[in-house]
Amino acid sequence: MSAGDPLPVREHDRPGPPPARPAFGSFSPAALGLYYRRQFASALAANLAYRGAVAIWVVTSVIQPLVFIVVWRTVAGSGSTGGYSADQFVAYFLVMMVVDHLTFIWHMWEFEYRIRTGAFSPLLLRPVHPIHNDVCENVSYKLVGLVGILPAAVVLAVVFDADLSGTTPAAVLAFLPAVLLAMVLRFVVEWCVALSAFWLTKVSAMNMVFFSLFTFLGGQFAPLSVLPAWMQTVAAWTPFPWTLAFPVEVLLGRRTGGELLLGYGAQLVWVVVALLVLKLLWRRATRRYSAVGA
Amino acid sequence: MHSLRVLRAFLTVGVLNIVQYRSDFVIALANAGVSLVTQVLGLSVIFTNTADLRGWTADDLLVLIGIHFFISGLVGLVIRPSMEALMEGIRLGTFDFLLTKPADSQLLASSQVVAPQAATDVVVGAGVVAYAVSRTGLTLDASALALFLLTLAAGFTTVYCFLLLLSTMAFWFVKLDNILVIFQALFGNAGRWPVTIFPGWMRPVLTFVVPIAFAVTVPAQALTGQLTLRGALLSVAVAVGFLVASRAFWLVALRRYTGASA
Repeated sequence: MSAGDPLPVREHDRPGPPPARPAFGSFSPAALGLYYRRQFASALAANLAYRGAVAIWVVTSVIQPLVFIVVWRTVAGSGSTGGYSADQFVAYFLVMMVVDHLTFIWHMWEFEYRIRTGAFSPLLLRPVHPIHNDVCENVSYKLVGLVGILPAAVVLAVVFDADLSGTTPAAVLAFLPAVLLAMVLRFVVEWCVALSAFWLTKVSAMNMVFFSLFTFLGGQFAPLSVLPAWMQTVAAWTPFPWTLAFPVEVLLGRRTGGELLLGYGAQLVWVVVALLVLKLLWRRATRRYSAVGA
Repeated sequence: MHSLRVLRAFLTVGVLNIVQYRSDFVIALANAGVSLVTQVLGLSVIFTNTADLRGWTADDLLVLIGIHFFISGLVGLVIRPSMEALMEGIRLGTFDFLLTKPADSQLLASSQVVAPQAATDVVVGAGVVAYAVSRTGLTLDASALALFLLTLAAGFTTVYCFLLLLSTMAFWFVKLDNILVIFQALFGNAGRWPVTIFPGWMRPVLTFVVPIAFAVTVPAQALTGQLTLRGALLSVAVAVGFLVASRAFWLVALRRYTGASA
């Protein structure tokens, strides 16, 4: 191209009506299934390639439950606190560690970067909703991390003499749907929180508020029965305990019968609410988004 | 003194940065506030269930939390950002520029980046310590205060040297940022609690391998009247040991460094 030629006009620079937005969600299930299989395989390969980073994450995520085990064992001493003996506290926090690993997502930190740097634009240009990409990355990461988390939980259970006597085969069976629903619920809720990066340039303060709520109301700091009564009441009306404490207590055999059904129901209701909020937020967020340089 | 002038120049540049990014400062303050509320809430939950945590009362633990804030603020102010820059510099080869400057390389490497927003943690920490001490009702005489300041300085020195030792390993192993992440997780979680509540096999690890006991627990013991003279002397001895070891390791590493292009 010589210096005199006019610059070529790119398609989207032409005057006229803007191109139609990609129609998210109008895929056949088969196409979406294929997308998931391929995307999952590639995300899994990436996580296996960076297994060192995953291993570091596993080490850091063992530290917090370990510290809480030490603290609450000291509190319980030889008696019991809030219905937990020292050895039952150990079991609680180790199961909590595994459930936390299975449910956590990191997108509330990634979205700030994605939006500030414009890295979100290519994801938006794909004709498939970006949440599917994130689901694949997230699930594959958890799968690779589980290889470290599960043995760590077993070793700590032996070292600290965890009391898992309530974990019957029936409890394990009841745990599976509870943890699956918890995974979905936490993913959708935290993805909604992550979307706030479209409105805020710095999300660290809001993330901290969210996570300190999570720490107490979700049962990460202590089993809910140990918390003051008013905190338990508040917690029951938020999605937090249904994403962490509930599946943990199910596996420990502390929720059975009617309580179990109530828990599943609460999880389902929150999933539906969270999905509706997600849909609303997403529509507004993408309308608001203008990439760097646009 | 030349070194002090260099240090002051770096700190001045860092402070000038606050003026540019004032909102970062507000956010740092909000984060410190949330973190403080969370920890106090945690303490209140624990102490509705028990009267003391292996001899530590709620007020004692509040002192400890204040010291933890203070120390992590100091580390986050200069040490951690500088160590991250050091490792990055070794990886990219820009460490060469630092070596050509006419000042001590360890000093330059340890103070090259200042993150002034961490100063909020230092201020919040000092405030919490002062408030908590007034609540414990203990009267501090000059010797107790001196002992506290001595152990605090020793603890900070130990943590600095430990981080320098870790970062110096970047001369051999290029990708080390994650080691700092593990230290951060240990310091951020285990450091908020007195080392004395940990089981016997973990205490030596938290005291000598990852020396967070001297940084937080020992100064808190000094303020709450639980520290023996032996403990104070040990803290100083460990600090001196770490200082000598990290300096020696730094010099060995420098001799080995060949630069990015060589």
